[in-house]
Amino acid sequence: MQTETKKAKFRTRQLFFLPAVTILVCIFSIVGITVGSTHVDWHVVLRILGAKLLPFWVSSNGVENADQVIIWLIRVPRVIIAAFVGAGLAVAGALMQGLFRNPLAEANTVGVGSGAVLGAIAAFSFGMTTRSAITLPVAAFVGALFALITVYALATRGGVTSVSTLLLSGIALAAFLSAASSLLLSLSVANWEVAQEMVFWMMGGLDRRTWTHVWISAPFILFAIGFAMYYARDLDLLVQGEDAAAAHGVEVESSKRALIVIAALITGSAVAVAGAVGFVGLVVPHMVRIFVGPAHRPLLPASAISGALFVIICDLLARTLRPPTEIRLGIITAGFGAPFFMFLLVRKFRERNG
Amino acid sequence: MTRTTPMMSTLSANGLGLRLSKRWILQNVSLEIQSGMVLALIGPNGSGKSSVMRCLAGLWHPTEGEVLIDGQRLDLMRRSIAARHIAYVPQDARLDFEFSVREIVSMGRYAHRGRFQRETNADREAINDAIQRADVVHLSERLITQLSGGERQRVLIARSLATCANILLLDEPTASLDVDHGLDVLELCRSLADEGRAVVIATHDLNAVYRFADQACLIDAGRLIAQGRPSSVLTTENIERVFHVRSEILAATGGNSFLLFHRLN
Repeated sequence: MQTETKKAKFRTRQLFFLPAVTILVCIFSIVGITVGSTHVDWHVVLRILGAKLLPFWVSSNGVENADQVIIWLIRVPRVIIAAFVGAGLAVAGALMQGLFRNPLAEANTVGVGSGAVLGAIAAFSFGMTTRSAITLPVAAFVGALFALITVYALATRGGVTSVSTLLLSGIALAAFLSAASSLLLSLSVANWEVAQEMVFWMMGGLDRRTWTHVWISAPFILFAIGFAMYYARDLDLLVQGEDAAAAHGVEVESSKRALIVIAALITGSAVAVAGAVGFVGLVVPHMVRIFVGPAHRPLLPASAISGALFVIICDLLARTLRPPTEIRLGIITAGFGAPFFMFLLVRKFRERNG
Repeated sequence: MTRTTPMMSTLSANGLGLRLSKRWILQNVSLEIQSGMVLALIGPNGSGKSSVMRCLAGLWHPTEGEVLIDGQRLDLMRRSIAARHIAYVPQDARLDFEFSVREIVSMGRYAHRGRFQRETNADREAINDAIQRADVVHLSERLITQLSGGERQRVLIARSLATCANILLLDEPTASLDVDHGLDVLELCRSLADEGRAVVIATHDLNAVYRFADQACLIDAGRLIAQGRPSSVLTTENIERVFHVRSEILAATGGNSFLLFHRLN
């Protein structure tokens, strides 16, 4: 039967998707660590990685110290952050799409990214980050949470969020929050270093990232993705309406609250170290659904791995397209994401009218 | 195919009142439904049928009164427990995400097992059984987004059957169906009741109430106007009072009767 073969094909796609993407993530991580403005041979890279990860088996004798510093202190944390930011933003996008029952929801379109950026900029300009690095993701989380709760309250009536209301509320909120960020920025222009760091967040990027940035983001993102898995099944029902979800055993209010906090935590942690990297949460879950379907149990981990791959590749492009200068990562992801968003929007309204 | 025979269940609403943003949607609604019976909720658009359904399903907590399932208060029950007793089919479901029909039906089993547990044989059996009874076998590998309104309705009914709940609440299940499939759904409701389930349907189809329901509740402006056997509720006086139309009750073949409506003049 035709449907039988189609089903079998889908199953194989589903089965091979995760391992295939995981292998690609490993390959592109090595490529990302190897490629850069200073040339380092790939076998030297592997030796340095081996010496750091398996110190008893591999020795780094004979490797130049400068190479070690470039690889281990500059490029490795950068690629790790790219992977976690990508994984986190992709999962957060999938969560928000489920939460708003809306395939177009994403950190950028909903205004959550702007909230996180404002939080980070506020923490930075008030000098809170000089005391402890951890205040940065916390402030970004608070900003993201504020934005998400506001947009939810604005756009959702009686458990129903319409596409247009959500997008309009997101635009209005993002405009306001960005204005607040710009205000803080213009107040700090006198202090060149602070202003530069702020521009970094507003455009998104992964330059000058260190191991500290890994430690203040990766654990939160990892924890939040794990926590999101707990709600995967609730999301399957929530996307079909709150009545249906409650009728089939979901504690709707507590699930929604938890999902809002999880999505804000991920977005906050990601934005705190990488700035506003847009559209990852839109492009990746949509692509992944083609391979694994809409059920959240397979979708969330697959989105995490694919998001990591997407941002690692985008960052690689950002560094290598126009050397020696870097193109901002946020520009690269938007270059992929914004046209994709327009495509989805057109398709959505065609469906409505056609 | 083994089908566990449902136990006796009673769902009762005592003096329900519901207030939403300072307006009373329902006032003093009391009704009771038991295993083996089909109860029809009837009333004009906006009369509060869907609100009664939502309260009975435990989705909305009434401002006054209580809903009891076998004597236990529904609003104090955990949703996952309540979902095993009561299945609710909403009037319109948002189905933007491309789940397959089988995936949708299998969600009816979510309340029966832990979050990370895999489908058991009992789950699979209940799903297949539900797919057969709702007559969606030929659709089971299709995507829900590609189905017509009537087909979607039957898929949602299949999902509610998969829960194996004793109490079934269907909010206007025949609204988007053609005559043929509408009849299928009503006959299915009747046979589910005859097997020992309790079925509540909200409907505009007064003739269907005559033919398929054991009890009818007539609601207008959030109040219960009449309750009892369909023939005693659907009188010409009640129909005129609530729907503002004149009606004739005519005899049909097989001892049935049917209603014919005229404008008031």
